[in-house]
Amino acid sequence: MRPAAYISQSLEIAVALAAAPLFLGWVNQCRAWLANRSAPSVLLPYRNIRKLFHKDAVLAENASALFRIAPYVVFGTMVVAAGIIPSLSGRLPLVAAADAIALVGLFGTARVFLSLAAMDVGTAFGTLGARREMMVGFLAEPALLMVIFVASLISATTALPAISAHLAGARLVIDPSLAFTAVAFTLVLLAENARIPVDNPATHLELTMIHEAMLLEYSARHLALMEWAAALRLFNYACIGFALFVPWGIAAGNVGPLGLTLAIPILALKLAVAGAGLALIETLSAKLRIMRAPEFLATAFLFAVLGLLVHVLLGGP
Amino acid sequence: MPLTKWWQRAREVCGAPRTRRIGVTMEQWSPCAGDVAAGGGRLLAMWASDIGQDASAAPSGRGAATEVCAAFLTDPGVLILELPVEPGRASGPQPADYPGIEALFPCASRMQRAMFDLSAVRSSDPDRRPWLRHAPEGYDFVRVAGEGVHEVAVGPVHAGTIEPGHFRFSVVGEKVLRLEERLGYKHKGIERRFSGLPLAEGHRLAARIAGDSAVAYSWAYCQALEGMAACVVPPRAAALRALCLELERIANHLGDLGALANDAGFAFGLTQFSRLKEDLLRENSRAFGQRYLMDAVAPGGTHADLAADAATRLAARIAAVEHESAELRGILEDHAGVRDRFTGTGVLTPELALRLGVIGLVGRASGQALDARIDLAFAPYDGHPPAKVVRGEGDVAARATVRHEELAESCRLARALLASLPPGPCLSSVRTPVAGSFATGLVEGWRGPTFVALEAGPDGRIRRCHPHDPSWQNWPALEHAILGNIVADFPLINKSFNLAYGAVDL
Repeated sequence: MRPAAYISQSLEIAVALAAAPLFLGWVNQCRAWLANRSAPSVLLPYRNIRKLFHKDAVLAENASALFRIAPYVVFGTMVVAAGIIPSLSGRLPLVAAADAIALVGLFGTARVFLSLAAMDVGTAFGTLGARREMMVGFLAEPALLMVIFVASLISATTALPAISAHLAGARLVIDPSLAFTAVAFTLVLLAENARIPVDNPATHLELTMIHEAMLLEYSARHLALMEWAAALRLFNYACIGFALFVPWGIAAGNVGPLGLTLAIPILALKLAVAGAGLALIETLSAKLRIMRAPEFLATAFLFAVLGLLVHVLLGGP
Repeated sequence: MPLTKWWQRAREVCGAPRTRRIGVTMEQWSPCAGDVAAGGGRLLAMWASDIGQDASAAPSGRGAATEVCAAFLTDPGVLILELPVEPGRASGPQPADYPGIEALFPCASRMQRAMFDLSAVRSSDPDRRPWLRHAPEGYDFVRVAGEGVHEVAVGPVHAGTIEPGHFRFSVVGEKVLRLEERLGYKHKGIERRFSGLPLAEGHRLAARIAGDSAVAYSWAYCQALEGMAACVVPPRAAALRALCLELERIANHLGDLGALANDAGFAFGLTQFSRLKEDLLRENSRAFGQRYLMDAVAPGGTHADLAADAATRLAARIAAVEHESAELRGILEDHAGVRDRFTGTGVLTPELALRLGVIGLVGRASGQALDARIDLAFAPYDGHPPAKVVRGEGDVAARATVRHEELAESCRLARALLASLPPGPCLSSVRTPVAGSFATGLVEGWRGPTFVALEAGPDGRIRRCHPHDPSWQNWPALEHAILGNIVADFPLINKSFNLAYGAVDL
């Protein structure tokens, strides 16, 4: 019993670490196809990370210890987050230590370290990026919390596996409150993962960057960790989405090795669909003027609040 | 004295149509420039020419060593003022060799500073910072003081593959309070390279001043050379030149429209317009042997003739570009996100554009109805007049719309030129002009009026050649268009101007 839980916990983290760059590669490939370009290999993010790990790091002369520690902290928080999101199985010993609200805190910690590190060297672009990141972050966080509150109210728990298991057990009807929160969550996902329309991950224009601007001073292993962490963050967000809105197929209870093995292709299928959907949204939209990002995230918050109100008014299950 | 009096007194200059020049004295210089400004004239180009101690070369004598020339676009035509100056003779705390005209024509300031760097003639402009000469001690940017104001320095090395230019923003939060440009990183001595080059070969260098304006520059150069040699270009060559110029305009507009969409985060636009541009460039390569038409224009006509089957293919390609770009225009203009980014961004009002002397495409998007193809009606545009595209909004959307409409118009024009391509030779011989001949060339390239002033030396060689890009006039306007916008919108605004770096750094 106990070893099985630890096996599923380790497997879950391992799958997240391995699949995150692949998921990013898949989104990029879909984006290229949708724009009628010949696509880069889905394995490109892996090659990029490997290349960066083989390089010698260059640090700014005035970089403090914070600048060097930040990649490890950011990467570490993303790995921990991957450990408490039920992507394959609901049996996660780590969940006892951190619930869904702590998860939002983990994302917040990563953001704080990333922004501080960006400002550490003192370049104009890093500061510019950090400032914008904080603007997006402080608006995205309440919206994300609100999404989680709705799901928690429905299932009367803040532990993600329990929420997921409860929702998976519910009747297969569209819950209006969850429909609203799904829209809110999608908007938050776009904003938090530096995707169009809030940020453009493919741009080379320093002045328009948010996430990329914060990484401009990083190189080699530090940059590799940051890129990997960004891929993990996207993967984690996708898995939160699955856990809340399409919780079917996650191995729950005592299903054993067979259930776990079956959960992997189901997760792959969900990721493939989500990646294609994400690429479609990105292809169809233009990037918002940065000053419109608050409106965008206010809309996300509004949808989440609507979800909450609908739940309260309809007097949930 | 009104402008017309100066015009009547001036002598005809060969080359570009309706061009005259007049030698003025130090006393006449400022009043004459004032009359040009009062008559609605705009500064087209400014350059200094070393005339040595030879009194016969200096119209107003006195053994002047350098001649300061200013060309103005006026109602009757292009008027060139020639002022002989003796550099280094002035004294005082702020010695000036001649009175500057930056108060009348704000865009003259940088030209005068560049002239001092290249020819050591000092204007009375209080801004004495070097422009092209990059001194090791750095550059005094204008500082903006105030609570929370900080500077963002961008370039000259950028994250993308773009030309080097330094932009110094003074910002509060995201809002831009001031932008100062610093160019000159690509100064490579083109004007000096021209001197001594055989006149019959200068067009090759001219074509390489700006790769995206190869036809405009080489045509302007050839127009000047043919003017001094009294060479008449065969009608077929004139039509082919116009065809090349329109192909250049189409290719650049396609590229810009795609890049504009991409800078708004709409990558679909970039891939589609890039595809159209690439198809056209490949057709160029098949028809003329050059993707960017570098050496298509040659003195006396065109370098290569267009075969009948190549003409048919080219016409089909242009028709396809016309059709598909119209479709893409619809997609871009219907896209709420793209429209939101373009509309009201980087506004350059018509009043400001007039005051700053903005010309070319950027000017036409801000209500300045100038197009040398129509205003000067040089051959073959007299027989194939294009429609002038003018918008008054002056924002990124207006500059995109001008590109869309000019693109359609150029496609129409190119097909009309192909359909009525006159038969006959496409190259006539050019005799060697006599030493001391002076002529100008003026061609409306895709960016705006592209000007070349050419002086012949002995042995059929160039004595002095000054190529002038419309970007000189329009770079200062960019500093105004960004004011009040947010830093993150600068790349989009800059792309909507898309000015040349190398062609003004010379």
